[in-house]
Amino acid sequence: MSPKIDKAQAKKVAKLSRLDLTENEIEEFSAQLNAVLEYVEKMNELNTDDVQPLAHCLPVSNCFREDIVKESLGTEKTLANAPQTDNEFFKVPKILDDSAAT
Amino acid sequence: MHELTAIQLRDKIKAGEITSTQATKKVLQAIEKHDKIIGAYISVFEKQSLERAAEIDKKIAAGESVGQLAGVPVAVKDNMCTTFGATTCASKILENFHAPYNAAVVQKLLAADAVIVGKTNLDEFAMGSSTENSSLKQTVNPWDTTRVPGGSSGGSSAAVAGRLCMAALGSDTGGSIRQPAGFCGIVGLKPTYGRVSRFGLVAFGSSLDQIGPLALNVEDCALMLNVIAGHDPNDSTSVDEKNAPLCDYLENIDKPVENLKIGIVPQFAAGADKQIQNAINNAVELYKKLGAQIIEIDLPHFEYAIAAYYMVATAEASSNLARYDGVHYGHRTENPNDYIEVYSKSREEGFGKEVKRRIMLGTYALSSGYYDAYYLKALKVRNLIRTDFTNAFEKVDSIITPVTPTTAFKIGEKVDDPLQMYLADMYTISANLAGIPGISLPCGFDDNNLPIGMQILAPAFEEQKLLRIAKMFESKTDYHKKKPAIIES
Repeated sequence: MSPKIDKAQAKKVAKLSRLDLTENEIEEFSAQLNAVLEYVEKMNELNTDDVQPLAHCLPVSNCFREDIVKESLGTEKTLANAPQTDNEFFKVPKILDDSAAT
Repeated sequence: MHELTAIQLRDKIKAGEITSTQATKKVLQAIEKHDKIIGAYISVFEKQSLERAAEIDKKIAAGESVGQLAGVPVAVKDNMCTTFGATTCASKILENFHAPYNAAVVQKLLAADAVIVGKTNLDEFAMGSSTENSSLKQTVNPWDTTRVPGGSSGGSSAAVAGRLCMAALGSDTGGSIRQPAGFCGIVGLKPTYGRVSRFGLVAFGSSLDQIGPLALNVEDCALMLNVIAGHDPNDSTSVDEKNAPLCDYLENIDKPVENLKIGIVPQFAAGADKQIQNAINNAVELYKKLGAQIIEIDLPHFEYAIAAYYMVATAEASSNLARYDGVHYGHRTENPNDYIEVYSKSREEGFGKEVKRRIMLGTYALSSGYYDAYYLKALKVRNLIRTDFTNAFEKVDSIITPVTPTTAFKIGEKVDDPLQMYLADMYTISANLAGIPGISLPCGFDDNNLPIGMQILAPAFEEQKLLRIAKMFESKTDYHKKKPAIIES
């Protein structure tokens, strides 16, 4: 049987997951995930054509509240755990390419 | 103090027979002495808990009213936010994270005058069944230090079993309270989804996660549930009490349930070790003697629960853990080449193996081309599993099963085979998929003197009845009174 997830696919999934995995991890995970996915295929024994998907077991509905301003965390607490800050901002590397701006 | 339950200690503290300071000191001494070996705690708040104990003692001495957990030393799993100490989730990515607010349950413990002595170890982000996936430390089973305590609430379970606190909070996404309670010979309750606020619980599988107590007996569990249950406007999935009224879970706890109908599932027995099967059969016999009617029931989709669970749970996890971006909080890689590497390298460095595996699995299940075959299929199977329980509970009040197919396994035995590790959750997982409550309580010991756990499941919001049913068994047995040898040393 062809693998459910080969190394190339594992790399793609790692990219989607924003995980910079090592080659070793790609190798190890694709084998382990294959075993899990093959097991999961068990679900295909069941005909679920007429079954509704159940995302949540209790009836949940929108929760509304009055539109009243309440106390919030505030800038200082919000930034307290940030790896890098600049005054009242989170600091990240440049996102826009300079060359694209011209 | 080893002989006291949390309720008894609370009553003695309130009556002035023992002070909270004395009790807290005893617990801190026990931690000092035994936690080097057991490894239950990630952080211990020595100074803070003694100060708090002194405050409560003062209140009592002044005749002021005190809460339901007055002066009782308790522990909290380290995936619940606290403004004191770190909230690590046993992950490198959150190792230095200091939460800006307390989880709702932490706030409730404090309001009930509990003394929080420390935060306990877990599988990283609660992903695991042995606490071996902790990136910070190893916890061992107090009954046999070469074995795992179970997981993911392994630290809380080992702390309670090792008498390193009087009771603790855990979280249960697929059995993470009930399974370690079973392995450690204590009582663990997963309440109905929505009964307890998840506000401030670091999210793993949001439609499955539920906080609950671990304690030395059923009554202490009921007391803890009394403290933590209830609606919270900060958690939109916590249930409106108008629809599902709260009750005093200690009320009538000694009163046996009349006309009790217990369901057993013959197909379950085959999966468990012989000694576990025997212990469960003996427990069922005891209920029969107490007047219960035993009815065989069928849960036809039970064998698909693990497959459905690992799709739903990992899909939700991959989405929930997207928040660890190296920008807002948590670990950031040192020299990223660009902003993408801030994410991908920070996450690669900060997450442990099992967490990465589950993010990968969940991302795969949600990705274009696979969504229908895996995620959507799993949600449909989930519906079938819930319907199985709805049908079963038309015939019975509760269902008895083993908690686990084996007793506590050896450290290292399953770490390299995630699928085998997942299969260890076979009895507990379906309660999370169906959202129903379940309790794990000691019902025997195997030849290696390792605890055997029994699981009792009940319909949604029937915790009061569930606790009474559990108490019927506990009051006729003394498995819960046995202590691991390590704590007597």
